[in-house]
Amino acid sequence: MTSMSSLNALRTDKRMVIAATVIMGIALAVLPFIIGSGLGNSWLRILNFALLYIMLALGLNIVVGFAGLLDLGYIAFYAVGAYLYALLASPHFGLHLPVWVIIPAGAALAGIFGALLGAPTLRLRGDYLAIVTLGFGEIVRIFLNNLNAPVNITNGPQGISGIDPIHLGGFTLAKPISLFGFTLPSLHAYYYLFLALALFIVFVTIRLENSRIGRAWVAIREDEIAAKSCGINTRNIKLLAFTMGASFGGVAGGLFAGFQGFVSPESFNLMESVMVLCMVVLGGMGNIPGVILGGILLTILPEIFRHGSGPVQVAIFGKILLDPEALRMLLFGLALIVVMLYRPAGLWPSTTRRREFRGDSTNDVLKEGE
Amino acid sequence: MSSTLLEARAIDKHFGGVTALRNVSLTIRQGEIYGLIGPNGAGKTSFFNVLTGLYHPDGGELIFAGEKLQASAPHKVAKLGIARTFQNIRLFGNMTAMENVMVGRHVRTHAGVFGAVLHDRRTTREEAAIRRRAEELLNYVNIADRADDLARHLSYGDQRRLEIARALATDPKLLALDEPAAGMNGTETASLRELIEGIRKDGITVLLIEHDVKLVMGLCDRVAVLDYGEKICEDVPSLVQKDPKVIEAYLGGSIA
Repeated sequence: MTSMSSLNALRTDKRMVIAATVIMGIALAVLPFIIGSGLGNSWLRILNFALLYIMLALGLNIVVGFAGLLDLGYIAFYAVGAYLYALLASPHFGLHLPVWVIIPAGAALAGIFGALLGAPTLRLRGDYLAIVTLGFGEIVRIFLNNLNAPVNITNGPQGISGIDPIHLGGFTLAKPISLFGFTLPSLHAYYYLFLALALFIVFVTIRLENSRIGRAWVAIREDEIAAKSCGINTRNIKLLAFTMGASFGGVAGGLFAGFQGFVSPESFNLMESVMVLCMVVLGGMGNIPGVILGGILLTILPEIFRHGSGPVQVAIFGKILLDPEALRMLLFGLALIVVMLYRPAGLWPSTTRRREFRGDSTNDVLKEGE
Repeated sequence: MSSTLLEARAIDKHFGGVTALRNVSLTIRQGEIYGLIGPNGAGKTSFFNVLTGLYHPDGGELIFAGEKLQASAPHKVAKLGIARTFQNIRLFGNMTAMENVMVGRHVRTHAGVFGAVLHDRRTTREEAAIRRRAEELLNYVNIADRADDLARHLSYGDQRRLEIARALATDPKLLALDEPAAGMNGTETASLRELIEGIRKDGITVLLIEHDVKLVMGLCDRVAVLDYGEKICEDVPSLVQKDPKVIEAYLGGSIA
């Protein structure tokens, strides 16, 4: 290829990237209006939850996907962020701090919890680590469930209600916002806020992945002893992975509390941790677009099953034979098995992982033969 | 050529009742290629692991460039300037060759989370320097054309070379090679030999564990022989070859 044509290729490449970015931007901007008018507000809520789950999945991806540390208690950090928001902005303690204080504080506190979980588990790997993190997740949930006596901190199993909606500037996102004669409904406003934070987290993750720190994480995943011998302080770098991952969870948790207006321990059970882990694994561990895809699919598919399976059964059998809720989990399990059988590296794996699973040594031989 | 780089003083290491190293003392001088040989199970790799902080010695101490090495802190050992390769190659298999070498620069660079996210001038400059140095090193060990291939897809000989490049990326004063010629054919061994001589010419001291006696005898300035965890000989190659204790260790002595 001459240098001229490669230059042209580069230019068209760049133009393509810009065009794709603009189209993506417009699509993301109009998405809530399309879904809101086409499918109704319940789907708009689901869309907002998808954004929260994307943040969670990206956080867990740092721990599991990059650093290779299996964490089954990740939802605990979501809980920490959510409860911090609930305690600092609700009638429960009579505190009403602004969101720009609570969300960073939630990220920081969740990060500290991440380090607390990480510290005793530094020498553990694989199944052993999974068991300890699973225990940690349950401990946090049980604490939230029981910290209502002797001093009532978390209000126990009843949870905390009446949480302040998120305020930004002079606006509350709970009510439609009127600006320049244009009215933005509440769900739409939350959508844009969540989208902005999700994009921020995507940006941070991409930057981290292609950095000295990101490489150290992957090196630990690949071979911890070799990583140590290369001068990587594996203790600190692992703690950093736990802290960073947890802080993303803390952000998502705070947003969840403000959006939902109510938190209770049952929102943070083991099944939620497993769900976020599934998003990471199913989407394509370690690959950012894959993890995002996993987050979207695993939020939306169960809802489709939930909403769709009843009417479909009525249409076919004339009555509901199977409880939609049970059927939802059944189909979900089936989908997991199918994906793991046919796409073991995830739906959208990184190019590296794809090669890894194909065991593509033929590729190398071909290259040498050329 | 004369100043001492590494001094091992009476190193002991046991695994349960098995003695891996007993009272091993040796001195490596600045700028030399020092060979460590011995029959299988003599304790060569155990010595490496003690030296690089992977094992905690049960006795004795290591002085490197005037500083006492802290046991069980491999990353600190790397920072002080000892880099190693492994007998059974330990690369980051699912990273590219380039990335493997870039990881080697970790210990000499500083960018943290904030630098990574903000991409400030210092970080971008450091990142560019890391990449440049990694390219240089891949060139140096002659595998620049494989830079973007996954380490696990490289040929055996190239993997050995990549491991050396990664070790060199840490700017070591002492490069410890654990059987680098194992499984190599004659041509590969010859070019490995050239590579090691080049490394020494660049001022890096080399500690070499090797089974290939011809390679060791031709390459090393001095050789120590371990047998059953004890040093039985330390001298220039020509004299080591004639030492009766060494011959006995390798060929078996008379029945007692």
